[in-house]
Amino acid sequence: MLFFTLEELKELYLNVIKIGEALLDSRGIFWEATQLTLALTAVSIFIAIFIGLFFALLKISNIKPLEYVANIYIFIVRGTPLIVQIFVFYYGLTEIAMISGFWSATLGLAFHNGAYIAEIFRGSIQSIGKGQSEAGRSLGMNRSQTMTRIILPQAFRRALPPLGNQFIIGLKDSSLAAFIGLAELFGVATTMGANSFDYMTWLLVSAVWYLVLVLLLTLIVGAIEKKMAVSD
Amino acid sequence: MSENKEMIRVEKLNKSFGDLHVLKDIDFTVNESEVVVLIGASGSGKSTMLRCLNFLELKNDGKILIKGKETDPKKDDLNKVRQRVGMVFQHFNLFPHKTVLENVIEAPIQVKKLKKAQAIEEGKKLLAKVGLADKADEYPARLSGGQKQRVAIARSLAMKPEIMLFDEPTSALDPELVGEVLATMKELAQEGMTMVVVTHEMGFAREVADKVVYMHDGRIVEVGEPNELFDNPKEVRTQEFLSSIL
Ligand SMILES: Nc1ncnc2c1ncn2[C@@H]1O[C@H](COP(=O)(O)OP(=O)(O)O)[C@@H](O)[C@H]1O
Ligand SMILES: [Mg+2]
Repeated sequence: MLFFTLEELKELYLNVIKIGEALLDSRGIFWEATQLTLALTAVSIFIAIFIGLFFALLKISNIKPLEYVANIYIFIVRGTPLIVQIFVFYYGLTEIAMISGFWSATLGLAFHNGAYIAEIFRGSIQSIGKGQSEAGRSLGMNRSQTMTRIILPQAFRRALPPLGNQFIIGLKDSSLAAFIGLAELFGVATTMGANSFDYMTWLLVSAVWYLVLVLLLTLIVGAIEKKMAVSD
Repeated sequence: MSENKEMIRVEKLNKSFGDLHVLKDIDFTVNESEVVVLIGASGSGKSTMLRCLNFLELKNDGKILIKGKETDPKKDDLNKVRQRVGMVFQHFNLFPHKTVLENVIEAPIQVKKLKKAQAIEEGKKLLAKVGLADKADEYPARLSGGQKQRVAIARSLAMKPEIMLFDEPTSALDPELVGEVLATMKELAQEGMTMVVVTHEMGFAREVADKVVYMHDGRIVEVGEPNELFDNPKEVRTQEFLSSIL
């Protein structure tokens, strides 16, 4: 059973060729879908960074009610499936405001990623030694100056690798926006699959696009990390 | 050296961490331009004492007066008080994401709202003073321990403090680097800076200090001029401590 028969090898070869051709033929429509995927990911992570920073600061505020608020938010995000969150945003937001599918998906993803980014920031802020804030305070800097000028720049740098990781997770999770009708990568793949009665080919095509995007992201994050390491 | 004008007066200072009573009825004064060296075993409360003087720790009880004026942490702006009281730490605590010069100009620009050009000019002068003019654009990670501590001193001086506190400034240094930091501190003392120094460098204390304070278990046991305290300690505990470190 370890070896393929000649027939099977031939079939595999033909399948690879077929997917390659599908990849090439559909590049226009998948490029469109990729742009939507990137927009969903980039905008939602951008918003999530602010949400995350806000809740991270609540968590380290040493003010109990604020810590509770942050903990409840994180508990809700972690304790419910992302697809449920996206649908709640979709039905909830379209109910109260004229808001597009794109924005309800983006805000749903931002709400979700914000909780994980809050934990990333909390960890990186707390990893900066107490001596740093004491040095700032002993020079007469106030709490917010010490936070913004001394602690956060160092914490951001330490947060970069896990943030890059979260960005990649966010990119893949954006595929769930297909369920509220967005024609992003996964959505286009399933539509093409349904139309051609050949789901496998189109899912694999979308997988290739995701892999390329993740590879590019990994390279970009690595380059940024290197650039920020000048002071080491 | 001392002109007997009071810079710091501490009266009946008490400080606890939870149930741990760390400073007990501390009384002492530092006059203008005086150098006071604090000695004592590890855990005797020396660091806590210094940290109370610039309000990194808040006292539970007692008074701290700077130039005759009492500071009330509830009413007074502690950031203002801390601008007048510089502090140098055992582990330097330089800002690693900033260059040497950026470390020095940060607080003058942010806190004193100094123009950047002026802050740079003054910062460069201070770096020259501590012998590090050529390191202005280096990051701290590239410096030796002795150089880091001299940058930390320059950073503190940039705020033009009236008092400088040093908490074991040479304890984290390789022995061959201790001298350069002590030399910088000695120069500062000769220029008339008021200094409170926690150190185990008895040579420095003998040469530079006007007064040595021996602390034990949260209390001041003995105060005296260096030669008098080192050569003829009056208290038994001071004698024991001195013989244990020699
Ligand atoms: N933030 C703190 N919380 C609790 N205990 C502390 C704290 N800082 C210092 N202590 C305790 O106070 C005592 C005096 O410490 P310290 O002032 O650092 O002494 P020294 O500098 O003379 O070695 C020690 O027992 C130490 O464990
Ligand atoms: Mg100490």
